[in-house]
Amino acid sequence: MNVTGNAVRQGLSRGGTELRQVLSNGQDLGSNLVWLIGLLAPIYFLRDNMLAGTDVSVAAFVLPSLLSMCIGFNGLLNLAQQLVVEREDGTLLRLKALPHGMVSYLIGKVLLVAGMVLVAWVAVLGAGALLVDGLHLGEARRWLTLLWLLPLGLLAMLPLGAVFGSLIESPRSIGLVMLPVFALATVSGIFHPIAGFPTWLQIVAQAFPLYWLGLAARSALLPESALAAEIGESWRHWETVVALGGWAVLGMLAAPVVLRLMARRESGSTMAARRDRALRRRAA
Amino acid sequence: MTTTVTAADPVRTAPPEPPPVVRVRGLQMSYGAQQVLRGIDFTITRGQIVALLGPNGAGKSTTIEILEGFRLRSGGEVSVLGVDPARGDEAWRARLGIVLQSWRDHGKWRVRELLAHFGSFYRPYAGDGVTRPWDVDELLAAVGLSEQADKPIGALSGGQRRRLDIAVGIVGRPEVLFLDEPTVGFDPQARQEFHELLRTLADARMTILLTTHDLHEAEKLADQVLILTGGRIAARGTVAELAREFGGDAEVTWTSGGRAHSARTADVSVFVRRLIQDGGEVEDLRVHRAGLEEIYLSMVAREEAKR
Repeated sequence: MNVTGNAVRQGLSRGGTELRQVLSNGQDLGSNLVWLIGLLAPIYFLRDNMLAGTDVSVAAFVLPSLLSMCIGFNGLLNLAQQLVVEREDGTLLRLKALPHGMVSYLIGKVLLVAGMVLVAWVAVLGAGALLVDGLHLGEARRWLTLLWLLPLGLLAMLPLGAVFGSLIESPRSIGLVMLPVFALATVSGIFHPIAGFPTWLQIVAQAFPLYWLGLAARSALLPESALAAEIGESWRHWETVVALGGWAVLGMLAAPVVLRLMARRESGSTMAARRDRALRRRAA
Repeated sequence: MTTTVTAADPVRTAPPEPPPVVRVRGLQMSYGAQQVLRGIDFTITRGQIVALLGPNGAGKSTTIEILEGFRLRSGGEVSVLGVDPARGDEAWRARLGIVLQSWRDHGKWRVRELLAHFGSFYRPYAGDGVTRPWDVDELLAAVGLSEQADKPIGALSGGQRRRLDIAVGIVGRPEVLFLDEPTVGFDPQARQEFHELLRTLADARMTILLTTHDLHEAEKLADQVLILTGGRIAARGTVAELAREFGGDAEVTWTSGGRAHSARTADVSVFVRRLIQDGGEVEDLRVHRAGLEEIYLSMVAREEAKR
């Protein structure tokens, strides 16, 4: 039997099982989607406000941007958090004790996160179809853009999530990443077009992948008239592919090194020490 | 037909010794300036159960983690199944079983589901007459978890979780099994069942190395006991050998004609045979030898005093 094929198969089965566990548990599903509801609520109230200089509502502008937040949130934060938690609880060590276990673990996680993004997208697009006018959901060309955006966005975000997840020692420190990501979301034009921002802030925003994810999602769902609110009045697809591809390459160069260093440190006694610390914390 | 094999034919009469499953020579480990292992040697042959016994901080876990390939040693030679663990590949790992202490990982997985999942990793490594992985239902029965097969792992009791840890360790039918403090938190009954399971595995030629600070466990289970204190092996051998070597003479007591007698002897069986042959009524015969416990405690105390 092919060893690599088996590792991939076990990874996919692992991801499938975990995805099923999340989807069949209301609480898990809720905690994964609750932030979305928080972000979708303002959309309802903003549905009549028009974006300056366009015939598009602010709600229509924000909704596709939320699709990109789903990739950023799940790909970076959710993956990082799972790595940190599952390193502490011993999941990672168990997989390390299996032949090709780490490869399967990562494949499983990628599948799980991709599945979670899809679930979040269904929620956002569903809400959009119900609440927001002016989205072009009926055209196949639009869906095509979403179809390349999803894997490219995941490729750009997942390795970053793996790096953060490897570097953060305790689940309690995950908030350290949460805040900068939300700050970045604000700067990256998720909630407001950045064309009106000072130039230096525009440059900062365009250095990060979140801006490009948002831009691509808007290009998929908004009419051409919404271009007036974008930098250079263009969807800049090529630049998007280059920027996200660049982040993907960078991440995929760094992630295996950082992951390997992190996994190498794992052993029964490091696990036991972490467990004791956590139990003491709980007792205190 | 007469056999031509004679005692002068050493090859036939004494088959070549199989290579040891675990071979450790001069193993050293330091964390910074702190030396945890100061030159350890031991050898484990196929089908043996070896207990690494010692107080906390003696270097037991460090030793076992080096053998598992989870920790890089500072010095010395180590081979497990003929391979240096520092360079062991995935095919080598497939021949190893590691019993970890679980905490709350895979809490949402069901017992059967997780064992089937983990077992699948070993499927490509079946062969040479070994069925890998272990059939899940058989395995559940062997560790006494059949009734919990469809329970989520998060709902298991502490003892059931440890049984699952053991099942995970052996699901790939490893050639060598490592267990670090396997029976912490077991009640006496679970401990007894666990010991029987390990015996069965060893009878099936599985080689087993466990660490414990429970002396009775080592005494009951192990073919060979290694007492580790202060990063060195202070004593080794079967429990009987250790008792003979460190315990000195045995004390024999009996009553005869209503009177109590006692005597000290190095060779109990010779003494007792003579006692009975000499006639007379011998009742309430007892042999007391310094137990491993006393030996062990005095060794640990000596080592503590040196610190």
